[in-house]
Amino acid sequence: MSKGQSYEEFVKGIWRDNPVFVQVLGMCPMLAVTNSAVNAIAMGGATFFVLVGSSALVASFRNWIPKQVRISCFIIIIATFVTVADYSLLALAPAVHKELGAFIPLIVANCMILGRQEAFASRNEPRLAIFDAVGMATGFLLALFSLGAVREILGNGSLFGVSLFGANFEPWVIMILPPGGFLTLGVILLFFNWFKVKKDEFLADVAEAERSGK
Amino acid sequence: MENLFWIFISALLVNNFVLTYFLGLCPFLGVSGSLETSARLGVATTFVMLVTAICAWALNTYVLVHAPYLRLICFIVVIASTVQFIEMLIRKLSPALFRAMGIFLPLITTNCAILGLAIFATNRGYGFWEGIAYALGAGIGFTLAMVLLAGLREESELSDIPRLIKGTAMNLIIAGVLSMAFMGFAGLFSST
Repeated sequence: MSKGQSYEEFVKGIWRDNPVFVQVLGMCPMLAVTNSAVNAIAMGGATFFVLVGSSALVASFRNWIPKQVRISCFIIIIATFVTVADYSLLALAPAVHKELGAFIPLIVANCMILGRQEAFASRNEPRLAIFDAVGMATGFLLALFSLGAVREILGNGSLFGVSLFGANFEPWVIMILPPGGFLTLGVILLFFNWFKVKKDEFLADVAEAERSGK
Repeated sequence: MENLFWIFISALLVNNFVLTYFLGLCPFLGVSGSLETSARLGVATTFVMLVTAICAWALNTYVLVHAPYLRLICFIVVIASTVQFIEMLIRKLSPALFRAMGIFLPLITTNCAILGLAIFATNRGYGFWEGIAYALGAGIGFTLAMVLLAGLREESELSDIPRLIKGTAMNLIIAGVLSMAFMGFAGLFSST
């Protein structure tokens, strides 16, 4: 367990295996709550807590959980953490909790979290699992924030509730309504595709040049 | 009676689960490749939603009044095991029906549309029949959205589309346009 490996587990979630933009997981909560940057960050924070907590617990108990009932065990562990997050948010920030409404309990059904338990936490030691979870959750948070910021700027002309363009800006209301979520994520995925195609072309060019050089 | 009808229409069109609440997006984007599969998945989902509505009502009335903080865990465990039980029952009683929708049942159970249905129905304080109407509307609305997207995707397989946009990006943009079209139904309620 070198230091490099933990670093690798941490970084991969942010860019190369970004849960939202690359793996396209956990979409239900992310589109519904990203109509403003604050909501996006609250949702990302709650998911962060649940993912890191349940990964740590699942990794610690991985030798005691019977293989046949592992999925049910993961779900119960996740549901416990989500209940904690739900009640903490209700106590700490009632306004945000009201805004997010039923979508905090729905973190349970976020396939990204269950996917990390099944694919990583149940097979690795707690320390690595925590690094993996922190990386993935940070990637998720960044994705939520970028989507929420774009939608709030275009749809409301503001960021974090602060008006950016003055009174003359005509808000593009559709962006904070449901269709805007689909369209924004579609365009961002398009950008990621374009980036990947360009990168592949570049790598192919380099390989070509090396071969002809020899 | 009129109230039940409006709950049904509201869940079906105005507050469509997929296109307005973004629930059940994983199967919506993942399984909508062919028209037939998505119709069958839709029927199976509607069925699970009905079971969920009944379970949620029973839990809310008899169990959760004593321990509201157990809501989430109870919903998940009870719904998952009930669906599992019904799956076994269907396999025994009607193999034809099982072949038509059986393979989808376990997949659907951990879908957020199912849990969302239970939570929304609880938050709005729906009774037994209201819950059933809501579940029917949500399930048929889900099927409608799935079938629409699957039809458009089958059509787009044959057309000449840039390589860059093919795949999830295009499906999301199609879904955005569908969602915009469904916003037109919002006017249904202001007149009444």
